[in-house]
Amino acid sequence: MKVLVPVKRVIDYNVKARVKADQTGVDLANVKMSMNPFDEIAVEEAVRMKEGKEHHAAGTATEIVVVSIGVTQAQETIRTALAMGADRGLLIQSDADLEPLAVAKLLKAVVDEEKPDLVLLGKQSIDGDNNAVGQMLAALLDWPQATFAGKIVIGGGKATVTREVDGGLQTLAATLPAVVSVDLRLNTPRYASLPNIMKAKKKEIAVKAVADYGADIAPRLTVKKVTAPPTRSAGIKVADAAELVSKLKTAGVL
Amino acid sequence: MAVLVIADRDGDTVRDTTHKTVTAALKLSGDVDILVIGQGSKAAAEAAAKIAGVRKVLLAESGALSHQLAEAVTATVVGLAGSYDAILSPATTDGKNFMPRIAASLDVAPISDVIEVVSNDTFVRPIYAGNALETVQSSDGKKVITVRPTSFDAAGEGGSAKVETIAGADGGKATFVSEEMVKSDRPELGAAKIVVSGGRAMGSAEEFQAVMDPLADRLGAAVGASRAAVDAGYAPNDYQVGQTGKVVAPALYIAIGISGAIQHLAGMKDSKVIVAINKDADAPIFQVADYGIVGDYKTVVPELMAALG
Ligand SMILES: Cc1cc2nc3c(=O)[nH]c(=O)nc-3n(C[C@H](O)[C@H](O)[C@H](O)COP(=O)(O)OP(=O)(O)OC[C@H]3O[C@@H](n4cnc5c(N)ncnc54)[C@H](O)[C@@H]3O)c2cc1C
Ligand SMILES: Nc1ncnc2c1ncn2[C@@H]1O[C@H](COP(=O)(O)O)[C@@H](O)[C@H]1O
Repeated sequence: MKVLVPVKRVIDYNVKARVKADQTGVDLANVKMSMNPFDEIAVEEAVRMKEGKEHHAAGTATEIVVVSIGVTQAQETIRTALAMGADRGLLIQSDADLEPLAVAKLLKAVVDEEKPDLVLLGKQSIDGDNNAVGQMLAALLDWPQATFAGKIVIGGGKATVTREVDGGLQTLAATLPAVVSVDLRLNTPRYASLPNIMKAKKKEIAVKAVADYGADIAPRLTVKKVTAPPTRSAGIKVADAAELVSKLKTAGVL
Repeated sequence: MAVLVIADRDGDTVRDTTHKTVTAALKLSGDVDILVIGQGSKAAAEAAAKIAGVRKVLLAESGALSHQLAEAVTATVVGLAGSYDAILSPATTDGKNFMPRIAASLDVAPISDVIEVVSNDTFVRPIYAGNALETVQSSDGKKVITVRPTSFDAAGEGGSAKVETIAGADGGKATFVSEEMVKSDRPELGAAKIVVSGGRAMGSAEEFQAVMDPLADRLGAAVGASRAAVDAGYAPNDYQVGQTGKVVAPALYIAIGISGAIQHLAGMKDSKVIVAINKDADAPIFQVADYGIVGDYKTVVPELMAALG
């Protein structure tokens, strides 16, 4: 089974985003960037499918292709995935911050070319917090989707996916090819070892331009402004539980 | 302009997330219809018809719709889309699952997790774990939007809309296998007036329950958790509060043994009053807490139970 894993280069999850004074966006100058954490989980699962780790039979995945749409530096993100165990990479270079619809259309073009059996991606990018690309890609391909995966079992031409939903867990069987988006509990991604980082340097990363795909990526949304949220200021420390209860009663919340 | 709201059904009724989404919809148009989906949803459709300000309720029943599977929901909604200028759903896991699929099927850019309706085409939504708010204007002919329920008041009752049955789409290439829902007599996390949340400090599932359950029962509260507590198996996944879990905004939020990472704050910092109990006086949670107690929860929580009487 060939697996395609889209990965996005985003602000590191430990960094607190700051809004630019002119309200045009978030200040990313000199900010640490990393692979979107959910995408690391997707890469890890694909690699486990290849290695036959956990409940996956060895060779469940035969080839793992990683694709990122973004600036030149997104090659570093792809390189990280290759060091984790993916086989080859593709960068679709774009300096514009593309909307999920445009990303989904480009990914559809990649799927048409690569013909994977499974697209495994993050449920959400932690910058835009859209939670949209996987579902949109599935619609454009007319493939089944299984979002928010906490467990994936491949077999019998299907992905049987246990999903983290409001209220608990739901299990679906999606006929392959399918799009599966991953949630936090699926696995704990590995750190690439030094030898694997070295090996990854020799793996191929193809670089293409957005124009090579002929997808309609015209923006549909105009960002009018980006502002800081209302701030909360620290309140007071109380000495003990009795004082707390009396404060809460005064505040009218008990 | 006409708006379709996809209901969040709960057995024979609809959740108050539906009422809140109706409030957002009414800011766009006076012509708001509700779509109730799922086998055996007649009673829920009748409940939806009582929401004030609703024009009519559409009821779509089919086996495939019972579990809100994205393929069948999309096929059903796309069939109706011609009559609507905007389609809204609460940003529940169901809404997050099917709305982008609907949007792509209509060649529309979805707008996720809207917290404010500025005008017919302009909306505010949080990005970067709520550390920035983005105001976006959509040029799409149709809008496909998920609404963050905690940011809108619930529409009232007192409506008397007609219920109309429509055809529900059949299944697609994904089928329902099973579900494992957490049973609880406590209020739902998203709707509770008081939420008590526990973190990694609890150390085990037994300790989590022994500390959190009596306190929640005493306060009539829902129980939440940090990601660390859920990852470690102390609490079910459905308890996770945060950027990538549930967003809550109760009147009172009590964080116990939670450090206050930005991803956690994203899910609770709109609570009216925040209380933090943490043994580390420098824990970031204290920067957003109205009232903090520095101490070991093992002594503070029993004292709190005693003080509550
Ligand atoms: C992509 C991504 C998404 C995420 N999404 C979420 C999310 O939605 N929600 C979320 O919560 N997190 C999320 N996180 C995780 C987040 O970054 C933190 O790791 C997590 O919130 C930490 O949980 P915690 O506060 O319970 O644990 P810790 O950070 O370990 O804090 C434990 C706290 O307990 C205190 N403590 C220990 N013992 C005691 C005691 N006896 N009495 C009192 N206090 C004590 C300590 O002082 C400490 O402050 C996400 C992370 C990533 C990368
Ligand atoms: N520019 C991009 N390049 C590659 N993959 C992306 C890109 N944007 C989003 N994705 C994928 O889509 C998932 C969901 O993103 P989003 O819908 O933006 O929250 C991410 O976790 C990635 O796997």
